[in-house]
Order: sequence, then C-alpha cells, then structure tokens
Amino acid sequence: MKTIVVAGAVLALAAGPAVAQKRVKIGFVSTFSGPTAAIGNDMRNSFELALDHLDRKIGGIPVEVIYEDDQQKPDIGKQKTEKLIESDHVDFIAGYIWSNVLLASLKPAVDTKTFLISANAGPSLIAGELCSPYFFSTSWQNDQTPQAVGLYMNQKNVKNAFLIGPNYAAGKDMLAGVKSTFKGQVVGEEYTKWPDQLDFSAELSKARAAKPDAIFVFYPGAAGVQFLNQYAQAGLKGQIPLYTAFTIDELTLPRQGDNAIGVPGAQQWVNDLPNDANKKFVADYHVKYKGSPSFYGAQSYDAANLINSAVVAVNGDLSKKDEMVKAMAKADFKSVRGAFRYGNNHFPIQNFYLQNVVKDQTDKLVLKTVATIVSDDQDRFHDKCPMK
Amino acid sequence: MLLLEQCLNGLQFGLLLFLLAAGLTLVFGIMDLVNLAHGSFYMIGAYCAATFAAVTGSFVLGALLGLVATLIVGMMVDVLALRRLYGRDHLDQVLGTFGLILFFNELVRLIWGPAGLSLPVPGWLSAAVEILPGIYYPSYRIAIIVVALLVALFLYIVVMRTRLGMLIRAGAANREMVGALGINIKRLYTLVFGLGAALAGLAGLMQAPILTVQIGMGENILILAFVVIIIGGIGSIRGAFLAAIFVGLVDTVGRAFLPDLLRLAMSPAAAATLAPALSSMLIYLLMALVLVLRPEGLFPVGSK
Repeated sequence: MKTIVVAGAVLALAAGPAVAQKRVKIGFVSTFSGPTAAIGNDMRNSFELALDHLDRKIGGIPVEVIYEDDQQKPDIGKQKTEKLIESDHVDFIAGYIWSNVLLASLKPAVDTKTFLISANAGPSLIAGELCSPYFFSTSWQNDQTPQAVGLYMNQKNVKNAFLIGPNYAAGKDMLAGVKSTFKGQVVGEEYTKWPDQLDFSAELSKARAAKPDAIFVFYPGAAGVQFLNQYAQAGLKGQIPLYTAFTIDELTLPRQGDNAIGVPGAQQWVNDLPNDANKKFVADYHVKYKGSPSFYGAQSYDAANLINSAVVAVNGDLSKKDEMVKAMAKADFKSVRGAFRYGNNHFPIQNFYLQNVVKDQTDKLVLKTVATIVSDDQDRFHDKCPMK
Repeated sequence: MLLLEQCLNGLQFGLLLFLLAAGLTLVFGIMDLVNLAHGSFYMIGAYCAATFAAVTGSFVLGALLGLVATLIVGMMVDVLALRRLYGRDHLDQVLGTFGLILFFNELVRLIWGPAGLSLPVPGWLSAAVEILPGIYYPSYRIAIIVVALLVALFLYIVVMRTRLGMLIRAGAANREMVGALGINIKRLYTLVFGLGAALAGLAGLMQAPILTVQIGMGENILILAFVVIIIGGIGSIRGAFLAAIFVGLVDTVGRAFLPDLLRLAMSPAAAATLAPALSSMLIYLLMALVLVLRPEGLFPVGSK
C-alpha cells in the first residue's frame, strides 16, 4: 500500500509541470496595516475587481496575485519587492502608495527587468534621471496634480499663499509643483515630520500669522482628516481658503465630514467621470464592496488592465520583454480616467480636473468634477529622462 | 504674539503628554513594570469615548463613560495578565506587554473595524476664541489645558495628601518595605494600574477630536511619554509634570521657530532641509543631555 502511495506521488510530481498551466504572477506591494491600511485595502479591492472583469485571466492565462504589506516603510517595501522577485519570481509588480517606498524599491525591480507598475506614487526622480523602460505609471508624476492646483489658484486670483506638506519625497514634489505654476507670492512654507506628526497646531499658527490669501496643503490618508479638523477648529475655515492635493478622497471624506465642504482639489480621476469603463468600475465596486472607490483604487484598476494589454500583445509569451514595453507604452486599454497616452518616461500625459465636495440628493457628501483645469498635461521632468 | 500662541500649543501638547506619562511613571516607579501597552489604553479610551458619545449624543457623557471603561479594562488587564509579570525580568515584561499591544490592536480591529472612528468636537467648543486682542486660539485646546491642569492638581492632592498617595509614594521609594508593613500590595498595584490606564484613556479621548481615533494611535506618542518619564525621573509625578511641559514646549516651539533661526545662518534651501530633521531630534537631544548631567532624571525618587 505504502509503495503505491509513494509511486503515485512520484507520478504526480513527474506529471506536474506538463499538466499545470502556466500562470502570470503579479506581486502587489501596498500598505495593509497601520493608519493608512484603508488605502491599501481600496487598492487591493479595485485590483481584484479588475481581475474579476478579466475573468481572473491576464492575456487569457490564469493569474496569481501575491499581496505584500510595506507598512509604509521604505526598507520594508524594498525587502518585500526583493522577496517577490527573488523567491516568488513574479512577472509584474504593481502598487506603491508612497514615493519614498517606491524610490527604495525601484532598483531591485528594474535591474532584474521585472515590470514595475506604480499605481500611485510618482516621484520626480523616476520621471527624470531614474526613468526605466520597465517602469510604468498608471497615476501621475507627483508635481502634476499640485501644478494644476497652482493654475486654479491663479484663476481664483490668489495673490499670496502659505504651503504646508509632509517632509518626504512626495511632500517636497508637491510643494515644488504648486510653486512652479502659482504666480502669486509664497509667504511661507512648512514641512512636517512624516508620518508621525499629527498635530499641526504650530504650522497653523504660523499660517494664520502670515495672513495669506490661501493655504495649500498635501496630506494623504488619515493625516488629511487631522489637518482638516484642526484647520476648522483653529477658526481658519471661512477666514483663509484652503486648496488641496490628495487630501480629500472617498476614504477620508466620511471622517472629514462637513469640514471638507467647498474645499477644492485637483485630480486626474473623479468617481463621476462619464466614460463607460469608469461607470462600470464604480457601479461594480459599489455592488461588490458596498462603498465608493478612491483614486488610489481607480489607478490600481488601470494597472491590472495595463498589464493585461501587454500580455495580450505578446500572446502570453512573457519572455518578449521589449515587445511588452512597446505594447504598454501605447496605453492600449480602456482607462477609467478616459483616454491618455504615455510620455517618453512612461508617465501619463493626461487631463486634470477640479474636484469639489458637495452634498448629493440624499444629503451625503460626495466628490464631484467641476471643471477641467488642464488638458493633456505632461510632467516637467520628462526632458531629464534619457529614454526617447 | 506668535510666540505666545506657540507656547500655548506647546503647553497643551505637554499637558497631554503628562496625562500619559503620569500613569506610566507610577506603574514603572511603583511596580517596576515596563508597560509598553500603556499606549493601548490611550487608544481604548478614545475608541470607547467615540462610541459612547455617538450612542448618548453627548460628548461629556461619552468621555465620562469612556474613562470608566478604560479604568475597568486597565484593572482587568492587571488582574488577568500583568500579575504574572511582576517581579520578572524587564525583558519578559517588554515581551509580554508588547504582546498586549498586538492583542489590543487586533481586538479593536475586530470590534470597530480597520477604518478608525471620528469623535466630533462638541458644538460649544468648536470655535476659536479671542484670548487677547487679535489672538485667536481654538477653544477646545483651551479646554484640554484646563482639564489637564485640574487632573494634575487632583493627582497632586491624591499623592501628597491622602493615605493612598502615601502608599504610592512609599511604594515608589521602597516596595519591599511597604509589603513588609502589611499593606495589600496586590490591591494597591491594581488600583494604581487602573488609575494610570484611566489617565492614558483621558489623554486619548481628549486628543481624539483633534487628531483621530485609529488603531495604533498610542504607539508613537508612547515613545515621547517614555522620554518624559526618563527626563522627569522615574516614579516622580512632579518630574513627569514638569518634564512633559518642557518636552511639549521644546518640541512645538522648536518646530515653529527653528526654520527661521537656521535661515539666518544658512541658505533657505539648506535650512528647509535641515530644520525639520533637527526639530524632530530636539527632544531626544534634550533627553541625552539630561541623562549625561543627571542620569537619575531631574526629580529622582529616593533610592531603591
């Protein structure tokens, strides 16, 4: 009896590789624990929904996704990226909320020619000097969104502004971005310790003392909730208007509540964009997860479709890396933000919209597209990228 | 004018730290227990208060119920878990109480979900008031300062003027002797531990409307609380009080004015890079200085 079992096992092992179908393996690095886990959850939900829409197949091949938690720390993110490449042998890695985590993780991926799709972070260095054929973004370059906010502040005739943001790669990009388009005077600029400084009283006091026409902030995730609360408690709401980038989204809005009403921001995707792909995404997300997706989710949904477009183009032959690069550079898939194209550095050239917080018919707070601030916007670092 | 406002910010932050540090220093000083899970009570206080406030519709009632709940949880943790850790090695205690952090984080995730709660400021405290002509300050932060000062006064009276306080002080100075004199040391421990937990809960629920109510909210601030008790001298409430205000002021005022000071000495770009890094180090530099000059802290309690 024992011999038969062993023989059976040996046979099964021998037969294994021939029978088992090839799989596309995707690693997904995001934050799944701690205060910003809600963002990672939304990204995972949206990525899973995209795979559902693709019948759980990438280019017709069954897909396996391995999710890894970066704990919002660059060193952990790098370790997880290396683990995905070296021991899981993934074909693609997607995800990455945080610019500092992405910067630490870029080299292990592109050095081994593993495709890395950033579904959020867009540090200026990767758009410029560190650009790589194996890197693609389904989001934006960090500076682009605040640049759009800066343009909107010009439209609103803001003469001088006070800027506040967190002291890490993305915070610096964001403030540099708004400064590059804002024509008024910057009367103050504050960087706060990231991610553990949650009390902004000192910065708000300085902002009030500087008497600016407007305050610009970038605080993603839970920090955005805290900032808005403290801004309102300091009595600044109604006194000094607030302009934001990535501070109000579907994940934070329920906790920001009325403090967020009328606070404008810029975004390349808003849940009410009227294209068909987006309507399907938002409606099915509501059905599956009983909530609204955020822009983080929309970008993750696009990442799955971008990967699919590459595998379709090479008929599932994942060894044809150069052809896959060419296929992805065409952005040949139905993006939920509407059509866009890729620049030489593989960052999107796309529209940015003005979003505002309003109450819908049922008195629920929602994000709404108000206007297009800028069309076909390309990031300002693409010239520094050696790829042509 | 700005300096005054920043000092108030620093004072408010320092007093919040004091509430957290008071419990920590009592537990450390009297029971010789390193309690890493102290931040969990801070979190539980905030979660309970947010829940009770939502149910009762009253911020004050929610806060009071939250405080009682934290006191009960604290005493239960002492009886069920920590009694086994007294008298053991500090490393065992660190391991055990670290386990409690993980336990409480998961428990909160199971009960309240991963997204976090919000505790709105009561309407009558939501505006900013003019404290001096032209200077506005959030009334809620003033309320925090007042409440924390009252609690500090209450603690002072309890510790200095009551029999319980006498036992606490005696326990901090010489534990064995208190036990030898026939005091039920276990009950004293449970009481002190519950009191410490309630103070942490109070700090958590008072900061909840300013910051946020989320899993792991007590972990970062606990590091600062440890800095406070080390500077103040372990086991000393007075030390914790003064050190907390000191740390709060240095942190806030440093953060506010260091960039401008550095800009006098170097280029704006260099100052902008250096200032945030330096100001976040400031309190640790302060702690190192205190440790070099007075290794026992500023107000050491007797000798063990």
